[in-house]
Amino acid sequence: MTMIFGIPLQAFLGQLLVGLINGSFYAMLSLGLAVIFGMLKIINFAHGAQYMFGAFVGFLLLKWLNIGYWPALILAPLVVGVVGMVIERTMLSRLYNLDPLYGLLFTFGLALVIEGVFRYYYGVSGQPYAAPAALAGGTNLGFMFLPNYRGWVVVSSLVICLGTWLAIEKTKLGAYLRAATENPKLVQAFGINVPVLLTLTYGLGSALAGLAGILAAPVYQVSPLMGSDLIIVVFAVVVVGGMGSILGAVVTGYMLGLAEGLTKVFYPEASNIVVFVIMAVVLLVRPAGLFGKDA
Amino acid sequence: MADLTATPTEAKSIARLEWLLVAIGIVGLLAAPFFLYPIFLMQIMCFALFACAFNLLLGYTGLLSFGHAAFFGGAAYFCAHAVKVWGWPPEAGILLGTAGAAVLGLVMGFFAIRRQGIYFAMITLALAQMFFFFCVQAPFTRGEDGIQGVPRGSLFGLIDLSRPLGIYYVVLGIFLIGVFAIWRIVNSPFGMILRSIRENENRAISLGYSIANYKLAAFVMSAALAGLAGATKAIVFQFATLTDVTWQMSGEVILMTLLGGIGTMVGPMVGAAFIVTLQNTLATSGFPVTIATGVIFMACVLLFRRGIVGEIYARFLGGSKS
Repeated sequence: MTMIFGIPLQAFLGQLLVGLINGSFYAMLSLGLAVIFGMLKIINFAHGAQYMFGAFVGFLLLKWLNIGYWPALILAPLVVGVVGMVIERTMLSRLYNLDPLYGLLFTFGLALVIEGVFRYYYGVSGQPYAAPAALAGGTNLGFMFLPNYRGWVVVSSLVICLGTWLAIEKTKLGAYLRAATENPKLVQAFGINVPVLLTLTYGLGSALAGLAGILAAPVYQVSPLMGSDLIIVVFAVVVVGGMGSILGAVVTGYMLGLAEGLTKVFYPEASNIVVFVIMAVVLLVRPAGLFGKDA
Repeated sequence: MADLTATPTEAKSIARLEWLLVAIGIVGLLAAPFFLYPIFLMQIMCFALFACAFNLLLGYTGLLSFGHAAFFGGAAYFCAHAVKVWGWPPEAGILLGTAGAAVLGLVMGFFAIRRQGIYFAMITLALAQMFFFFCVQAPFTRGEDGIQGVPRGSLFGLIDLSRPLGIYYVVLGIFLIGVFAIWRIVNSPFGMILRSIRENENRAISLGYSIANYKLAAFVMSAALAGLAGATKAIVFQFATLTDVTWQMSGEVILMTLLGGIGTMVGPMVGAAFIVTLQNTLATSGFPVTIATGVIFMACVLLFRRGIVGEIYARFLGGSKS
């Protein structure tokens, strides 16, 4: 058997794949956080809950209406996004003139409510959600066995991250968004409806979380607690990357996922704290974060 | 940060009112165990001290820590371990817990003060989560079971803590000492500098204060006092579990402070009493505590950011502003 650093190649690549999958979710979630933060200057603590919400929408669509994975892939982000926009319009928008910490506290409360509701009905145990038939099984790559669904997750997360980046950097709407981030008053004076832009941004960010959730449903089990543990790691990712750049958030997400996978190979006990350790080291060396501009 | 911490405007009349409240409060607390369940009162006092310690950081220095559960729960573990496994007397256990929390605070604060605002909140949250994972894996915390059956012993070998009134008055004493310490810190020249950092950090820098040191000192003091509360709780309830180091606990203490009134002396105590009572009531009703907590959080942020006590100050004492 081929060995690498004294570890069987198979096990090594297997953990690396797990790291890449985790990294895909870190990247998608920190992307959503960065998009929302860039525009609203609010850290969306409910992001993890919205991710869980997306997974549950998929699960419930199947259970109640017998709607399968592929339609759910569109519907789940849509539902989460629309709910997000309603929340933004009715409540979150009242907090824009206040200290950004209030936004954090409000969305923290929101996360507790969303999580509490699902916990009340579904307990803390996970619900299984099968991968679609088209992506069942796996492919033998010669050096390792790749479950098809995991490959799909990695590819689609790359597409989502790249797509979002292109939409913000290369489209007209994206240009409005970036302009409104720089100087909302001036953009408003040019006749662009900034409040609507803010609502759309929060909707988009929430939808991204929902999409990540439905993608995650077949990988992890659908559980009310799936979001809250993840969001704290994603916060650490965001601190490492800095929220100044969207690409930075994405790259950091993948990097830290891989670092976590590697740690699992060499020192499993530390695998769930390695992201936090990296965060601490980055704070020492580069307090503003790897891609950050602000201190 | 200035608007997060609604400063009471008319210091003098508030001070007079606070003295009156303090006198009534102390008399009330001395008499309370004859009317109410002592364990419940002690639970409130532990959380009230925890919230006041947290408020020292948020209300008077303007730093929102999302990781205070690490100090509260960590101190509970240190104290419970020392008392149960090493056979230390309770006072030594509580001191060890407090000191341990201070050391934790020094380490966490060292990293966290490198960033401000929401980043500070996220860093403290992440570091506290790291400590949580440490507690899950470290053998001395006994994982999911926690440290149970911690003997109460007797304080200095004199006061038997297994008697309800004995432990009640000891906890009351600890609570009063802790709150007095916070009050002294807040009203000292050191506390004034902390407030100046809260109001205008750049100005404090330009006045020549090395604000990093002041922030770190405030962080360590807040952590130590939160540890005092946590260690005392371990003696009262005779156990230390993972619950006290979770991020939910960090959220709870924020809620207590926010609900009572950020930047007021009495507010966090009122908030703690309210939340503990609510939790005990809901525990028997079957309604999920998480939802109630979340709704109160959202309502507080949207409707009354000054908190209960802050609103009362503003409503009844606001008239004498100018």
